[in-house]
Amino acid sequence: MTSAPSANIAHPPRARHPLAAWTPRLVIAPSAIASFVYVFLFAIWTLYLSLSNSSLLPSYQFVGLKPYFELWANQRWKIAYSNLFFFSAFYVILALAVGLALAIAIDQRVKGEAVWRTIFLYPLAISFVVTGSVWNWLYSPDAGIEFFVRSFGWSDFTFRPTTSKDLAIYTIIATGIWQSSGFAMALFLAGLRSVDPDLIKAAQIDGAGPTRIYRKVILPSIMPIFIAVAVVLLQFAIKTFDLVVALTHGGPGIATTFPANYVYDLMFQRGQIAIGAAAAIMMLVALAVVLVPYAVWTTWRSRRVADG
Amino acid sequence: MVDATLDLAVDPHARAAGLRHALGRTAIYAFLGFFAIIYLLPLFVVVANSFRDLPEITQNGLIALPRSFSLKAWDQAWSHYCVAGTCEGIQRSFYNSLIMTIPATIISTLLGAINGYVLSKWRFPGSETLFACMTLGVFMPGQIALLPWAFILGLIGLSNTIYGLIFVHVIQGLSFTTLFCRNYYVSIPDDLIKAARIDGAGFWRIFWKIVVPLSPPILIVTVIWQFTGIWNEYLFGVVFTGGRQQPITAALVALQTGQMNAHPYDIASCAVLIGAIPPLLIYFFGGKYFVRGLTQGAIK
Amino acid sequence: MATLTISRLFKRFGSVEVLKGIDLEAKTGEFVALVGPSGCGKSTLLAMIAGLEGVSEGEIRIDGTLVNSVAPKDRDIAMVFQSYALYPTMTARQNMTFGMESRGVAKAEQDAAIKRVAALLQIEALLNRKPGQLSGGQRQRVAMGRALVRDPKLFLFDEPLSNLDAKLRVDMRTEIKKLHLRVGKTTIYVTHDQIEAMTLASRIAVMHQGSIQQFDEPQAVYDRPANMFVAGFMGSPSMNFIPGELAKADGRPAVAIETTGGEKVALPLARPPQTWPANGKVVLGVRPEHLFRYDPGLKSQKAGLAMLTAPVEVVEPTGAETHAVLKIGDKEIVGRFDPDEAPRLGELLPLGIDMAHACLFDPESQALIRQGAA
Repeated sequence: MTSAPSANIAHPPRARHPLAAWTPRLVIAPSAIASFVYVFLFAIWTLYLSLSNSSLLPSYQFVGLKPYFELWANQRWKIAYSNLFFFSAFYVILALAVGLALAIAIDQRVKGEAVWRTIFLYPLAISFVVTGSVWNWLYSPDAGIEFFVRSFGWSDFTFRPTTSKDLAIYTIIATGIWQSSGFAMALFLAGLRSVDPDLIKAAQIDGAGPTRIYRKVILPSIMPIFIAVAVVLLQFAIKTFDLVVALTHGGPGIATTFPANYVYDLMFQRGQIAIGAAAAIMMLVALAVVLVPYAVWTTWRSRRVADG
Repeated sequence: MVDATLDLAVDPHARAAGLRHALGRTAIYAFLGFFAIIYLLPLFVVVANSFRDLPEITQNGLIALPRSFSLKAWDQAWSHYCVAGTCEGIQRSFYNSLIMTIPATIISTLLGAINGYVLSKWRFPGSETLFACMTLGVFMPGQIALLPWAFILGLIGLSNTIYGLIFVHVIQGLSFTTLFCRNYYVSIPDDLIKAARIDGAGFWRIFWKIVVPLSPPILIVTVIWQFTGIWNEYLFGVVFTGGRQQPITAALVALQTGQMNAHPYDIASCAVLIGAIPPLLIYFFGGKYFVRGLTQGAIK
Repeated sequence: MATLTISRLFKRFGSVEVLKGIDLEAKTGEFVALVGPSGCGKSTLLAMIAGLEGVSEGEIRIDGTLVNSVAPKDRDIAMVFQSYALYPTMTARQNMTFGMESRGVAKAEQDAAIKRVAALLQIEALLNRKPGQLSGGQRQRVAMGRALVRDPKLFLFDEPLSNLDAKLRVDMRTEIKKLHLRVGKTTIYVTHDQIEAMTLASRIAVMHQGSIQQFDEPQAVYDRPANMFVAGFMGSPSMNFIPGELAKADGRPAVAIETTGGEKVALPLARPPQTWPANGKVVLGVRPEHLFRYDPGLKSQKAGLAMLTAPVEVVEPTGAETHAVLKIGDKEIVGRFDPDEAPRLGELLPLGIDMAHACLFDPESQALIRQGAA
């Protein structure tokens, strides 16, 4: 049936065109090296600095965990850290809630949907610095909201949260929600639209009303989006810096300091690089605590879907 | 007994349902309208106040219908106002931001496209791990990079220059642009590349003739997000430059904190607008690409 | 001299061996079909012939020249993909000239080639359209046109009709056959559809789990399958397999099978087996078209007849014929019957088997037991 095969059997060949095989690797090498440096080298560098006795200038003498102890003993760091927790909880939950509410409202086939979406999403195009500055003016008593309400006759009305040690944090939360709920809304809207219409029809035939359909059919199926948005918002929260600088300058006093602000302060204004580096590492740890479980969860989920 | 004239049958249930429906619709529009006002308020305030006289603002407050009109504040903000030690207005920082953002956007997007092409179509052992490592860069907090970058920029003589910022933003942007482009290119059928190889095309010919013509959607999204992100960035801007080298975000903060009393709301509004308009314009004209980028990137 | 010769070809991905010692050849102008279920390695083999995958062990020769290390573009081959792989941003014409441009062919030559091929495939009117503006069948023809302009030594087809709907598939199949008759190039055609393989190929290579089970002309593969896999894969509805034992009936060799009620029936073999399996156990293979309603008056017309009764479980009329599922022992078999004599549901059918075309298989090795002269 087949002709006699040739007598000599070839050995596994070398790469056929050495240059061709290496072009892709060569092309990506610079970016790969740059990323490696930026992602890993920098982190290790900062880590080492956080274990050194650097003050105004970097020094590479190892001192162990001393800077961390100094950091955690510091009052301002404790305030920053607790601000972060407080802010994150409110910011994430409320931004999700507002975003979801707006998305559901727009999903009700309202007229002028494109206009509504444009309005709610534009803060995304604006810097936190701009947002912080403008809301700072609005919160200020001399010309902002308090002035506005008083101009209607309520001369006793006071609304100056940025000047209050206890209330200032709420301005950060509120402004953060203002900036980010459009983002949540856009993603939720896409998710709501991607729910299989047959599921909804089946539920309607089963006699479920709109509230029930939302609660039992639609929202559960966009649960992955909830989690994805929550994770993104959490990492925004951990990185909060610009907003605080522009809105309250960390004040009044140090009432609204956040970890990122304290890092900047330590590194570039107080000449305490080692402690600043330690604070930066703590921020990285916080991010890892949020992102690593999420990454593990998504990989587990996609693997489960592939097998099942 | 039947009436001689038959009225149109009135179904009380339908009536009630119709009323509920109308009430529901009103509630929805009221809800949306309420939030729309809160969202638009700052924009209105800034735009209106940039055209008002400062005395009038002080008299009537920020949140008021304009009762004066003047273009003086614009001129002041742009060319004359004293910010961070110099009295040249904000134009210098605006130009700094332009010089920083445009090249950084173009270079990082181009590199991201090439990287995405390599990682999706020319897999080699370790390419997936490499991709994961590069993607990590999207999540790293800038604080980790501050000291190392300061050192490196000093080493290559780019401290306190806008060119140093370009360099920083290109490297940092690589993670993001590679992520976006690679995820998009994965959807180009591998058979296309195989057919092109049989047709005799090599690595670069395939890229320019086949992959790039298919790229406009992702390139636009990437450019929009990069431009907005780099233009609006503050931390690196304030740490690595100062004074006349600053990008506009840093200048705005300097303007803000420079005031002790009698805040010049008119000039400040102009400055804020100048700083916000480029990304806002892109948003208004490229809106749908913004959203596309969101849905593609965030849910990866 | 054969256009394509493959010797002792192996392909391994890490520790997984995907191709286990392939020997294949395609003579000049031949149409060879590689057919098999998904995962059998046929697409990998084609990719290796094209040069898109490397060789782990073994040789691939085109016109006698060893091409293991030669790049795809230098092997003088052309390939048509399942997804057509037409460049979406280029017109049909540009799709076809892309390869010639890459090789620096003169413009005049390019135009001549396009003209020739467009006339051959009747796609002149489509040349300036983009793939998105073409129908499935038109895209298929442009993809073939791209392969034809190269005027290669070897044509490779990777399941080109799988993406088309049933009717279009049949039409395009005929077109491919006509094209091959006209152009006469050596062709390697990968498909999972055994009908495509049967109708198009001059020789079929049936593949399973990385090795070639049989490589022969279509009718030979169909009538004398090398093993139970080939027998079951080729032909639709599949060949029926009935376990039985070799025995003697009236002094002649026969196969004893169990029918309903535990009764054993001996079916006389048309030709004696050349080897006798270990414990006499065999598997009888009978194709559905070799079953018919037994009519005593027919006895003289068919040689090698056997008869038994079988209850009819399901009847499926297809118009041209009627398929029926019958029970033999506890096995279900399928027969193809003339609609005029079709079995009726629930009937106890007197079943006739044309033993001249029946096959015997060894249940252990699954290989065909050769039968000698009658």
